[in-house]
Amino acid sequence: MSAPQLQHVGLNLLDSDEMDPGEAAIGLYGFWIFLMSDAILFALLFAIYGTQLSATAGAPGPAAEFKLGPAFIETLILLTSSLTFGLASISMKYDRGWIGVVAWLLLTLVLGIVFLGFELSDFRTMFADGATPNRSGFLSAFFALVPTHGLHVTAGCIWIVVMLAQIAVFGLDARVKLNLLKLGLFWHFLDIIWIAIFSVVYLQGALT
Amino acid sequence: MSDDGLWFFLFGRLNAHAFPFVRAWENPNLSELIGAFAGALVVVGAVVLVALLTWKQWWRPLFLDWVTSLDHKKIGIMYIVIAGVMLSRALVEAVLMRAQQSLAVDAPGIVTPEHFAQLFSTHGTIMIFFMAMPFLTGLINYVVPLQIGARDVAFPLLNSISLMLTAGGAGLVMISLAVGEFSTGGWSGYPPYTGKVFQPGVGPDYWIWAITLSSLGTTFSGLNFAATIYKKRCPGMHLTRMPLFCWTALCTSILMIFAMPPLTLATTLLALDRYLDFHFFTNDLGGNMMNYVNLFWLFGHPEVYILILPAFGVYSEVISAFSSKELYGYKSLAAATMVIGVLSFTVWLHHFFTMGQSADVNAFFGVATMTIAIPTGVKIYDWIWTMFRGEVRFTAPMLFSLAFIVTFVLGGLSGILLAIPPIDFVVHNTVFLVAHFHNVLIPGLLYGMIAGYMYWFPKAFGFRLSEIWGRISFGFWVSGFYLAFMPLYVLGLGGMARRSQALFEPDYRPWLFVAIVGAFLLLAGLVTLFVQLWVSVRDREANRVPVGDPWDARSLEWSVSAPPPEYNFATIPQVDRLDPFYWLKERKEAYKPADHYQAIVMPKNSWVGPLVGLAGAVCAFGLVWHIWWLTILGFIGVWAPVVARSFVRDVHRTISASEVEATDRRWLDLARTTRPVPRELETEPANLGLARPFPTQVPS
Repeated sequence: MSAPQLQHVGLNLLDSDEMDPGEAAIGLYGFWIFLMSDAILFALLFAIYGTQLSATAGAPGPAAEFKLGPAFIETLILLTSSLTFGLASISMKYDRGWIGVVAWLLLTLVLGIVFLGFELSDFRTMFADGATPNRSGFLSAFFALVPTHGLHVTAGCIWIVVMLAQIAVFGLDARVKLNLLKLGLFWHFLDIIWIAIFSVVYLQGALT
Repeated sequence: MSDDGLWFFLFGRLNAHAFPFVRAWENPNLSELIGAFAGALVVVGAVVLVALLTWKQWWRPLFLDWVTSLDHKKIGIMYIVIAGVMLSRALVEAVLMRAQQSLAVDAPGIVTPEHFAQLFSTHGTIMIFFMAMPFLTGLINYVVPLQIGARDVAFPLLNSISLMLTAGGAGLVMISLAVGEFSTGGWSGYPPYTGKVFQPGVGPDYWIWAITLSSLGTTFSGLNFAATIYKKRCPGMHLTRMPLFCWTALCTSILMIFAMPPLTLATTLLALDRYLDFHFFTNDLGGNMMNYVNLFWLFGHPEVYILILPAFGVYSEVISAFSSKELYGYKSLAAATMVIGVLSFTVWLHHFFTMGQSADVNAFFGVATMTIAIPTGVKIYDWIWTMFRGEVRFTAPMLFSLAFIVTFVLGGLSGILLAIPPIDFVVHNTVFLVAHFHNVLIPGLLYGMIAGYMYWFPKAFGFRLSEIWGRISFGFWVSGFYLAFMPLYVLGLGGMARRSQALFEPDYRPWLFVAIVGAFLLLAGLVTLFVQLWVSVRDREANRVPVGDPWDARSLEWSVSAPPPEYNFATIPQVDRLDPFYWLKERKEAYKPADHYQAIVMPKNSWVGPLVGLAGAVCAFGLVWHIWWLTILGFIGVWAPVVARSFVRDVHRTISASEVEATDRRWLDLARTTRPVPRELETEPANLGLARPFPTQVPS
């Protein structure tokens, strides 16, 4: 009987003979569960944001503060970083060497940092307008939701750096590959969250 | 930098008045002296512990064999040790509160309102987060991998991290006795009362960070157990062949994964309000405290089932084992468990019927609440039918199970009353509610945990607990419960508000006196539990059960030696039905050597868990006192070991096949030469852990 083709949800590294498929499956499964828990956290932050939309208390509100232009650029950057991470995963699966993986990861890291730069500059503009979290319930909810995503992206960037260091030390061994698969799930997950943020926060805010 | 600035930089908000000893010195009234005494207990306890460890030279074994261990069995035992310590503290606080209320009818009593508020806040917080949760997590940790035929949980290192985060949170609550003060906002910590405006001190901050550490640990535990149960079952162990305790553990894990994030978020947002002047739950500038209440109970109600379901699992195992019968209605019990898990997310609003939503909304949640009684009722009948015509033995765990059935039904009935919104409007915020939730949680959690502790103790340590002291303890726990909490139903209907430091109604007095007697009986229950442990350790040579099956039980954990080897199973078992070990015994196929033995790879010990837990507690302590350099140091301390660990490749060690075989054969020889005992002798020294098969027809 041949081994089942699909060992776990997500990208399977079929020819990585040194990895125990059972261990890889359990590790990724656990990470999916973690992401589910994290998704609950974001869902609740969105819910809180929804209830606080009208609680502007005289401080600047959504229509005044949200600029679609920068948010759109941020969206493009983050979506592109998801593409580059996907290319890193494919390179890890099919290429023999580590150059492709490292190159795509570096590009992803740069995109992540640029995204964070744009986001911080957004926040700076808002602060300059007096839209600080201590002004209203609405701004509190905004500054809980969007920076939580930003902190996740920051953590993802640090994780990329750690993974680059691991590739430098160990090459692409089984555990590095497994960690990269988990990091990939994390990175794409943040993309999905961002799409929700762009729709619920920025589009809704700017268009109403 | 001025002197004040330098002090703040180094020590934040800490000053001499943070220490209860100083407060008691300056203002020596009874309340402050009690506080100072409690603080002194923590300090003296710590000193005695250090001295004992040094004198017995236990430091090395403590760290090398236990604290750094990734063995799920040792981690489980450490969880239960934490639960025992915290239970002792919180029960003493309960007695103190009962004493205050029984003395404070038209009189000042012994503690000030502020102190009383701290007592009920720590009592609730500890009992839920640092007694109940560690206890059930410990039992699940110990038992589930053995029951599903696995060598360990899915993520042993994460398991250690969970334990140490919980321990860090518990440590923080203990430190609050000696440094500063605890929250006065109750275990649910409702803002805006716990916000900065009304509570500028450190109390709510201790509460926030202790809870946050514990809830992170619990989230990871839930993730770990779910992955273990889904992915690590031995060949043939279908979901529907798992012991019922595994089903309840699975359901509890799923609830942990989904229900802990709301709590983490609630405490984090409250912290943002307090630290960075956000306005989530404040009275002004668009804050909305109902968001907190919803978040908290979105966690809080599933939490009730996180607590109760594992106890249900224990009862299922205990009643089946001590009735020598297959569990009646196994599938209906498993289904009822999962139904309760789903329904638990649909009822959170019944915790605040009176907080302003419409009658229709209340009616919906009232009906949803009553629906939960249906699967629970199914379970009660299943347990009763399991005993029917069984070979029932009234051992201590069985007695706790029986007391649970009767007492829990009573608690459930008062729950049905409270689920009717008009009745809730009448009795809300009275001690009727206090009586109700103690009436479900003491039998529905504590009795179960004690029963599980007594049932699996011989498996974990290789000797049985004293039966007679178990029964004495049982007598105290049950009589104490009824005397302590039945009066509260009466008092609640009579209008006595919960959390009252002073009372002005002389008619309450007789009921309060009965309740304090009950509280003392409960304390005696705890003391006798420790006496039982002491006596059993002293007499352990007479009560050894090395073969490992003292109760003629049915699931895989009993098919290995007591205590089990580090790797649990010499060879991974194959399962073809429910209750596999029982049918192996019936077919005379148990205690057979394997055809060939293989080397076993186990995780090495790791310092990552204890370092993360310690750094987490340090970070939290810095946050509580606004010592920012300590906070940053702690935060780095949490992450540095985790990152460093990802660079370690030498994380496994191999136990050779010959060693595994030698150990296994030694045990099998012992099993062959041991005299099997019939059930009448199972609490006698003759019981060496080998059961004489109970005559049953083997189905073809």
